[in-house]
Amino acid sequence: MDFINAVVLLLNFTVLPALTYGSQLALGAIFVTLIYGVLRFANFATGDMMSFGTMFAVILTYYFQSIGINFGLLPTALLTIPFAVLMMIFYMLIIDKFVFSYYRIKKSPPVQLAMVSVGVMFVTQAIIRIIIGPSDRRFLDGEKFILKATKFKEITGLNEGLTIKSTQIITIFVTIVVVSIMFWFLNKTKTGTSMRAYSDNEDLALLSGIDPKKVVLITWVIAGILASIGGILYGLDKSYRPFVYFNNMLPIFAAAIVGGIGNPYGAFLGGYVIAFAEIFLTYAYKKFFSYILPEALEPNSLVQLISTDYKFAISFSILVIVLLFRPSGIFEGKKI
Amino acid sequence: MRQYSNVIAAYSIMLILIILVGIFQSWSIALSILNYCLISAVMTIGANIQWGYAGLINFGIMGYTALGGLAVVLVSVAPVPEAWNAGGLGLIICLLIIAMMVISIKFIKSKFKYLKNKTLIISIILILGLILIRLISEPAIESIESIDPAKTGFLGGLGLPVLFSWIVGGLFAASVAFVIGKIALGLRADYLAIATLLIAEIIVSIIKHEDWLARGVKNVIGLKRPAPYEIDLQNSQWFINLVEKFNFSKLNLINSISERQDELSQLVINASTVYVKLCFTGLFLIIVISLLILTQRALYSPWGRKMRAIRDNEVSAGAMGKNVVKEHLLIFVLGSAIVGLAGAMMVTNDGLFTPGSYRPMRYTFVIWVMVIVGGTGNNFGAILGGFVVWFLWVQAAPMSLFLINIFTINLPETNEFKIHLINSAPYFRFLIIGIGLLIIMRYRPQGILPEKIVKH
Repeated sequence: MDFINAVVLLLNFTVLPALTYGSQLALGAIFVTLIYGVLRFANFATGDMMSFGTMFAVILTYYFQSIGINFGLLPTALLTIPFAVLMMIFYMLIIDKFVFSYYRIKKSPPVQLAMVSVGVMFVTQAIIRIIIGPSDRRFLDGEKFILKATKFKEITGLNEGLTIKSTQIITIFVTIVVVSIMFWFLNKTKTGTSMRAYSDNEDLALLSGIDPKKVVLITWVIAGILASIGGILYGLDKSYRPFVYFNNMLPIFAAAIVGGIGNPYGAFLGGYVIAFAEIFLTYAYKKFFSYILPEALEPNSLVQLISTDYKFAISFSILVIVLLFRPSGIFEGKKI
Repeated sequence: MRQYSNVIAAYSIMLILIILVGIFQSWSIALSILNYCLISAVMTIGANIQWGYAGLINFGIMGYTALGGLAVVLVSVAPVPEAWNAGGLGLIICLLIIAMMVISIKFIKSKFKYLKNKTLIISIILILGLILIRLISEPAIESIESIDPAKTGFLGGLGLPVLFSWIVGGLFAASVAFVIGKIALGLRADYLAIATLLIAEIIVSIIKHEDWLARGVKNVIGLKRPAPYEIDLQNSQWFINLVEKFNFSKLNLINSISERQDELSQLVINASTVYVKLCFTGLFLIIVISLLILTQRALYSPWGRKMRAIRDNEVSAGAMGKNVVKEHLLIFVLGSAIVGLAGAMMVTNDGLFTPGSYRPMRYTFVIWVMVIVGGTGNNFGAILGGFVVWFLWVQAAPMSLFLINIFTINLPETNEFKIHLINSAPYFRFLIIGIGLLIIMRYRPQGILPEKIVKH
């Protein structure tokens, strides 16, 4: 019994939140890695682009609520995803046309493109703050919990409760759907194969008749879908605040590099590596040990490996370690 | 002289702009903008050494700025003896343990190169050391932080003069940069950018959360100054006489004695803030000019030419027998030291240390925009970039408010759109800076004042 209690405790406080957070990071990391693989630059506007897509979802959610449309038990924001994605893709294509394409055609070094993306970051941040302001917004409606702790205790008769938030299930489900469609697209369709060819060797791909314009367009479309869905899921789970999105760029970068930048599978796994590391290392295991150890051995302290203040620092430290020992990432990068 | 005409023109325009602020807003505002421009100029000199001379992309400027600020606290604040008695010993033991760990790992790495279990032994040393440190430091930190947490709750500093801390700030940043450089400099350009950005975040989060060091997010206020305090000036006779002499004609127009006295005390209060800021301006000017002379000399020395060779073609510079790795490390440390100095200057100017305010947007990306807008590889350009971008950063909000009011003059005061625009005026600075950067990158990628290469 004690053992099951301990497992439920871990599930509730570490595994489920880590899976959710990891999915959100994974979507962002695939976005970073796609841009890096195909367009060949580190996009410092990542966090703000995700925030931009989410902003439309927030505004549309408020609008839908005001005219009385809702999605029953599910959050209204899910209904707004297609519109937010469209706006996001539109914005990205405009940015690409007026900013990035010039440097791409000129074949500028990646560092210059990265600096340009810093400029895009400033502009995007300004637009977001001018339109919606910097304040904290919650736009989750519908049923908040699928399973409440008290109910779980009633059903199973355990001491520990298991809470499943609807956003957690939605996040994991949507991520699985989006990512599997994307991997199917990259591997099985002709356009996906041409994208991979372009990323592997640009000159050879051009020789074999691949249209670079089409590849770039498709990349931005996929990027727009990933960025806005990732952002919306994060916003539903926590809350929408532009500044937080900017900060999220850092663990997302960490996830992309840990997984081997340029490699979408790596990025997908990297998101979970970062999320699980952050949550497992900062969790206080006192209660867990009190279940599985005999009473005499029970710990007095919190048994917390690292204080929660250093949550972000953990992912960065992992990144630094990976960069030191395997600069191409755990899963070997620069492939798509 | 002719080759410097564009430099002189650009700087005079900048000076006129600041003087205009003085005339239209107030001299106190103009001087604080100028002071911050000078601080930014020091930061851009540091960033320009790394990016312009050597092509190293360092997005960790925020971390070194914070380290410089930390140095001010650790050097100039009076020590807290109770805290030292409570937990000083434990922390010193921890420091010794860390030193021993580093030395023993180095020893194992150099002496037992071919030992099979090397990594295992090193990781055992690391884990044991960390557990020991945890056990010793936790009670020590707790007892330090419990001593008068509203006022101190930290070890305090050394109580030395604040100007000394500027040097220490540079040294702090340099030593941390040495470690980071050893780790990260082998990476490719964009990896290096991301790695330094993240390492800077780690540094700031340590400063934020280790309360025993510098009170963390509780901030340290009332730091020492190298300039006199306003309140002392207002009470000293020579200063009042000076102000009276300056405003003699204005004061003579007032007949009633009491009114004259009121006017005079108001003038003295205003003049005291301006005087203090002028003191800072003088100090900062000395730093900026001496740094400018040094970096300019370095740029046109054989060493500067070597750096340029390494920047433009690492492989061939290496083939010519230049030690690329060593030079990169050297310039990384030098540039970071200058940024650390700037961080110390900034905290001294503010008189308070607020670790919560160190954000990558303000302290990394804006500084980079300054370097790129001003002109990479040209020290005059980098400094000019610091001036222009900081001026825009501060004045963007009033300017955009002014424009909004002009464009929406026909809308009623209660119009929601107008209210929304006016409320979001502060965010137009991001827009202006971002668009400015994009335009410069596109149409003048070498910056306002491009790099000048002297042929010998």
